[in-house]
Amino acid sequence: MTEESAAEKVVTVAPGTAPRSRRWVGVATTLIALVLAFLVGAVVMVVSDPNVVSKFAYFFSRPGDALGAAWDKVVLAFGALIRGSLGSWGAVTETTAQATPLICAGLGVGLAFRAGLFNIGGQGQAIWGAIVGAWIGFSLTGVPMALHIPLALICAIAFGAAWGGIAGFLKARTGAHEVISTIMLNHIAGGLLGYFLITPLFQMPGRTDPISPQVEWTAVLPRLAGTRLHVGFLLALLAAFAVWWLLERTTLGFQIRAVGHNPHAAETAGMSVGRVTIVAMSLAGGLAGLAGAQMVLAPTLLTSYPPQLSSGIVGGVGFDAITVALLGRSRPLGIVGAGLLFGAMKAGGLTMSAEAQTPSELTALIQALIVLFVAAPKFVTWLVPALRDRRSARPASAPKSKKEVSA
Amino acid sequence: MTATVTDQVLRLEGITKRFGALTANDSITVDLVPGRIHCLLGENGAGKSTLMNILYGLLEADDGTISIGDRELHLTSSKKAMAAGIGMVHQHFMLIPVFTVAENLVLGREPGSFGLLDLGAARKKVRELSDRYKLDVDPDALVENLPVGVQQRVEILKALANDAHYLVFDEPTAVLTPQEIDELMEIMRALRDEGRAICFITHKLREVRAVADDITVIRRGKVVGRAEPSASESELAELMVGRAVNLKVDKDQPQRSGERLVLEGFTVADHAGHIVVDHLDLTVEGGEVLCVAGVQGNGQSELAAALLGTLPVVAGTATLDGVDITHAPPKQTIAAGLGFVPEDRQRDGFVGDFSIAENLVLNRPQEFANSGNLKLKDISRNAKERIEEFDIRTSGEDQFVKALSGGNQQKVVLARELSRPLSLLIANQPTRGVDVGAIEFLHKRIIEERDRGTAVLIVSTELDEVESLADRIAVMYRGGIVGVVPPDTPREVLGLMMAGIRQDEGTEEASDD
Repeated sequence: MTEESAAEKVVTVAPGTAPRSRRWVGVATTLIALVLAFLVGAVVMVVSDPNVVSKFAYFFSRPGDALGAAWDKVVLAFGALIRGSLGSWGAVTETTAQATPLICAGLGVGLAFRAGLFNIGGQGQAIWGAIVGAWIGFSLTGVPMALHIPLALICAIAFGAAWGGIAGFLKARTGAHEVISTIMLNHIAGGLLGYFLITPLFQMPGRTDPISPQVEWTAVLPRLAGTRLHVGFLLALLAAFAVWWLLERTTLGFQIRAVGHNPHAAETAGMSVGRVTIVAMSLAGGLAGLAGAQMVLAPTLLTSYPPQLSSGIVGGVGFDAITVALLGRSRPLGIVGAGLLFGAMKAGGLTMSAEAQTPSELTALIQALIVLFVAAPKFVTWLVPALRDRRSARPASAPKSKKEVSA
Repeated sequence: MTATVTDQVLRLEGITKRFGALTANDSITVDLVPGRIHCLLGENGAGKSTLMNILYGLLEADDGTISIGDRELHLTSSKKAMAAGIGMVHQHFMLIPVFTVAENLVLGREPGSFGLLDLGAARKKVRELSDRYKLDVDPDALVENLPVGVQQRVEILKALANDAHYLVFDEPTAVLTPQEIDELMEIMRALRDEGRAICFITHKLREVRAVADDITVIRRGKVVGRAEPSASESELAELMVGRAVNLKVDKDQPQRSGERLVLEGFTVADHAGHIVVDHLDLTVEGGEVLCVAGVQGNGQSELAAALLGTLPVVAGTATLDGVDITHAPPKQTIAAGLGFVPEDRQRDGFVGDFSIAENLVLNRPQEFANSGNLKLKDISRNAKERIEEFDIRTSGEDQFVKALSGGNQQKVVLARELSRPLSLLIANQPTRGVDVGAIEFLHKRIIEERDRGTAVLIVSTELDEVESLADRIAVMYRGGIVGVVPPDTPREVLGLMMAGIRQDEGTEEASDD
């Protein structure tokens, strides 16, 4: 019996009591994974602080000192994390700004995953979005904003889609595994970005380092004055809704899901698995391209202008997107939630390392732990037996993978 | 192992198992007596496999006890079940295809010392057991290269190597050819005569009557009766299904309406590039059922797949109502009116993680959509109608198809294919792994489709099915047609034709005997 069907059975377990839905267990498992990740993060925080550790040296004579210091440290750090992400209107908008590209790229990974494709190529697709978005942003002048922004975004999406589509095409026509091809395409995109930045087409006049000119103000995404809440966040939410609609309510989404679950049956039913693969990878690439464009067109708080295109412009958004999609279980709503969470951690992480002197890698560590725990639900249910339903959990270990529940 | 391996009775008493509102086993009591073959007879979904999974420690009963002699067992894992002498031959083999027979045999209990694998001992064991029970298994053969029937014997070997006194065979004949079934029956008898207790789970009446010493019939989780092996097939079927079952298919003479499917020099290569269908000429008329009979693996499945368009046709032509469909992909052949019931429904027939409603429109979602947007209400209404029409036993149209029994899964596939006008219906093993009650229903629907003027091509390895459905029988052997014969052709002649002997010679040989 597969994991899914075992979980499915939870729904009907225990007659007489209210049915515990699979979704409830999923949400609870995710929440517990979050708590666990923060707990482990707190331990790391404590042991990496020399002041606190020194108090543990005389733990047995005065345990209160060490425990008190550890507690203070944790409260200070997580307090700063929350203040930096939710503590003020400015902090909240910083969270939305950080979450915007994560949501878009995460949708790209999630969509591909629903088609049974593991899209590691969000990074390369986002790089193309950034390249094209920035180029249109700074090279076109005198274009009205109502034209400039849509043009930049659409072209960025198109290039991201093409870059994703290449991997889809290779898979459909030659069987090349998308994990390998997208990783390679990431390297190629990164290399091309570095090369473009030292060509006259991209390099800022008068500069010797690889950096592009500032984009025109007509290409900067409008924002709520004095905050970082910009139009891109709205686009991300729209994209999430569009992906949900596509997957659940359209024939194309029906085909994507069918191919993702069982390509053999999809083919037998007359669907073209190759075509669906190419389309899904293109859509995924387009979403990642949108994420890349948002990173070069969204204004920063201080300058009111976006950062200039440079070799590290997209950071690790393509890889963060994988964790966002995993945490969001490839569901659009889940991805929005996961994107906001990781956005909040990025926003608050800066405050945390500034105020509590925690290592700057700590937020990355906690993110990684969240994903690790989410990816290992068995571990979480092992730690928290209340989530485990013995009678329903047992068949999951049964070797008969395809037997009917009631057989 | 001694001559009489055990004399203690394994007793399952009052076993109850619930999955939510469904009671899969309702206080079932069964005795496995050494030296006897006990048949558990029941339709798919009756609760036989649940019961055996409880016995094998894979599921825990809500109520009831399992004991050997006076000793009560607490089987919380298959390891404990094995230690108690219970062996299981699974329906879906638990073998690692890229390992040899000997390697598979030692899986989980690797002999040898200091972490070194002593395969020599395993090889010896395979030879010894293989000789003793005339299993004819080569310890060094890779499992993936073995025919299905031999793979099953490896499963039996695994249980025997573990010194199982109580052997459970879970639907062992579903994947075997008639000849392999006979061989399996011999093996079961030999094991019984040695003093082992055999539990044989099946829904095939013919087999039950051939080997059973005791018969327990289970329906909807309850023991509904015990029968003598001398009981007739229709008596058993009635007990099993709960009503009188018509084992014969009622049908009139075919009203042939001219050639619809025409194959000329049809040649197909499999994915590895081997020619598996070789210059085949065949026609199917509207209003008739043509059955392609043959031993599994003689190109029948590839013929069906190539007509659908999932295997490449390397030479020849196929026309459907005059339209060339030789190289048409599935989308086009389906649009041309081809209904297709695949051989392996789990793999090709449906998406297990889709609801019944979604699976019922799998081959034509665009017909239930408005400019690309699915009309969920229509999909749901369609599902309700098909569930009603095809008597699909389910809690609702939103249930995942993987949670249905085999017979109901097949009804979903057939309901989808038959719910639109067809010019050709291809059904590959339409009733494999399907219970008696459902077989009757599926056969009836296929004949109804024939009577609508559709050309029907059935691929089946079960001669019972071929005889009851066919208006003409084409026997395939090594990618070619040995001959096309009428349905009243004697079984012996069909059997010889399936071995590649032409009909005229076959008739001579059969009459010589």
